[in-house]
Amino acid sequence: MLTAGIDVGSISTKAVLLEDGRFVRGRVAFTGYNAEAAGRRIFEEILQESGLTEDAVGGIIATGYGRKSVSFAGRAVTEILCHAAGARYLDAEIRSVVDIGGQDSKAIVLDADGRVKTFAMNDKCAAGTGRFLEVMARALEVDLDLFGALSLQAENPARISSLCTVFAESEVISLIARGEKRENIIAGIHESIGSRVSAMARRLGMVPPVMMTGGVAKNAGVVQALGKALDLPLRVSPQAQLTGAIGAAFLAARPE
Amino acid sequence: MASTGEDKRKVKAVKKMKDIMTTYYIEAKTAAQTGRKVAWITSGGPVEPLLAMDVIPVYPENHGAMIGASKMGVDLCEKAEAMGYASDLCSYARSDIACATVNGGPIGGLPRPDMLICGNNICGTVLKWYEVQARYFGCPLFIFDTPFCHTEFNDDMRRYVRRQVDEYTAFLAEACGRPFDFDRMKEVGRLSVEGQRTWQQVLDTAMNRPAPISAFDAFFHLALIVTLRGTQIAVDYYRELLAEMRERAAEGIGSIPNEKYRLLWDNLPVWYRTKWLSEKFASHGACLVADTYTSAWCGSLKYMDENDFLGSMAEGYSRIYLNIGVDEMADTVAAMVDKYGVDGVVLHSNRSCKPYSLGQYDIQRIVEERKGIPSLMIEADMVDERAFSESQIDTRIDAFMEVIRNRKN
Repeated sequence: MLTAGIDVGSISTKAVLLEDGRFVRGRVAFTGYNAEAAGRRIFEEILQESGLTEDAVGGIIATGYGRKSVSFAGRAVTEILCHAAGARYLDAEIRSVVDIGGQDSKAIVLDADGRVKTFAMNDKCAAGTGRFLEVMARALEVDLDLFGALSLQAENPARISSLCTVFAESEVISLIARGEKRENIIAGIHESIGSRVSAMARRLGMVPPVMMTGGVAKNAGVVQALGKALDLPLRVSPQAQLTGAIGAAFLAARPE
Repeated sequence: MASTGEDKRKVKAVKKMKDIMTTYYIEAKTAAQTGRKVAWITSGGPVEPLLAMDVIPVYPENHGAMIGASKMGVDLCEKAEAMGYASDLCSYARSDIACATVNGGPIGGLPRPDMLICGNNICGTVLKWYEVQARYFGCPLFIFDTPFCHTEFNDDMRRYVRRQVDEYTAFLAEACGRPFDFDRMKEVGRLSVEGQRTWQQVLDTAMNRPAPISAFDAFFHLALIVTLRGTQIAVDYYRELLAEMRERAAEGIGSIPNEKYRLLWDNLPVWYRTKWLSEKFASHGACLVADTYTSAWCGSLKYMDENDFLGSMAEGYSRIYLNIGVDEMADTVAAMVDKYGVDGVVLHSNRSCKPYSLGQYDIQRIVEERKGIPSLMIEADMVDERAFSESQIDTRIDAFMEVIRNRKN
């Protein structure tokens, strides 16, 4: 059976098609202003790409912040369950997941059977999320995609002490004014994310092996900083950003 | 016309409670005309001696809850911040301090106090808060200082608090211009214990499946055990409520339509979102069958002696839920999990209430380990809506209920 997962996040929307549990295709687009339209558009696009029509899809689950606005989905499931399911789909050994998405970060611990045992999410603050990185990329005038590679060249990561995105941005601006090297500032930003997210994950007690999921996992600098802060190696799939949508498509094949 | 499911679920006592509270506030607000004195008192403060002296007790914290429930908190909190108070200060304190200067809020402010009674068994903020109000109103302040009971309540503590009970009765004699009425005190003490005992019985009806009463119901019915504890009115009301709840239990009428999961709530309510939260949990078939907050007003019954109220209140008022160590708090929660058959714990990390929120991570861990049930932390504030983020809390609750559902199935 063909199933679809639609993950409408705060920054990007993801869609995945699975056929009898086998990965067919995934797609990422900006969410923009209208979450419902974003979900509908990406679903139509992925069907078109695959040469399929909507009635070929046997089950659809929506997840992410906009999950309830996806009217064509059979049901809505939270990101927690979908990232857990997606991580296990990508790597059956995984016992813990750290997801850093656009506006939130979460840590999830699974039991041996892959069921969610417990989870934690960041509080009402965007520090340590994808949005935080976007703000910093703008301040540094660096393409966000280059952040990972640049930070790995840092000799001496700068120290970003503020917990607040807005104040951290002014810290970064004063570091720029002082002539600090870009690589060091970026590495410092990654370390501040690593220490913030790891504090939340440590509170739950991470059980290895740990997988990092979400769009921010594409940034090798954050992966390294978070792994160091957690003192655990992190597994990262090339499909990290699609994890939530993969989990949703996977769960769509099962009865509620 | 046959009654619908929702009609039978309506609690009949609700109307009576509203009438009682209206009468209570009219009496308090007209005290100056009727020649009675008004005391402002903290929610965990020793109210019974006031009643023995016919002083009307008024609770800024109950008023704060009303301000929160009427969604008037942000306005007053912002006003307090403009007066120079930090936004990190308790939102009850901010609302009250601001409200006193403008007589705002849902009932046009509280009546002017003749005296202030401050018990620090609930927190340290009340000391400064009541000092501020004592200066503002120029009235006497009595501080009832209960040492924190980390692991025990020893004889030194008992002597220390007991001596303050004597100071308290002397303070009231002076404030009222007549000797303290020890005879009346005996009657008030007996009624207080009886009220607390009946309130506990009301809460205990939630042991039934389905629970006829939820924590959200209890947040409402709580008002009398706080404001009219020690009166016949409170005893009569809770007897009536108890009878109604027992009847509902016998008929299998639950507080929510289709109870599948039973949860425990920790910390104060989110007053401006009680309806949203109760509907949110109910949509998952989850009933909050117990809570640490409303049970705090009968939690130290075991230390009270109705025949020696003044003698036993030193211990009773010291060993309340917020004035004990985290281990004992965790024991209390774990015992409630067993007693009420709880599937999961919801902890409200309340920006305002530091003594209630500090230690919640430990309590969460201890209860998870000992009882093997999941728990959820939601961050909000009891009155200040600016600290509530709907979509974040919505996702957390949905995810938590998915975890509970998966575990039970």
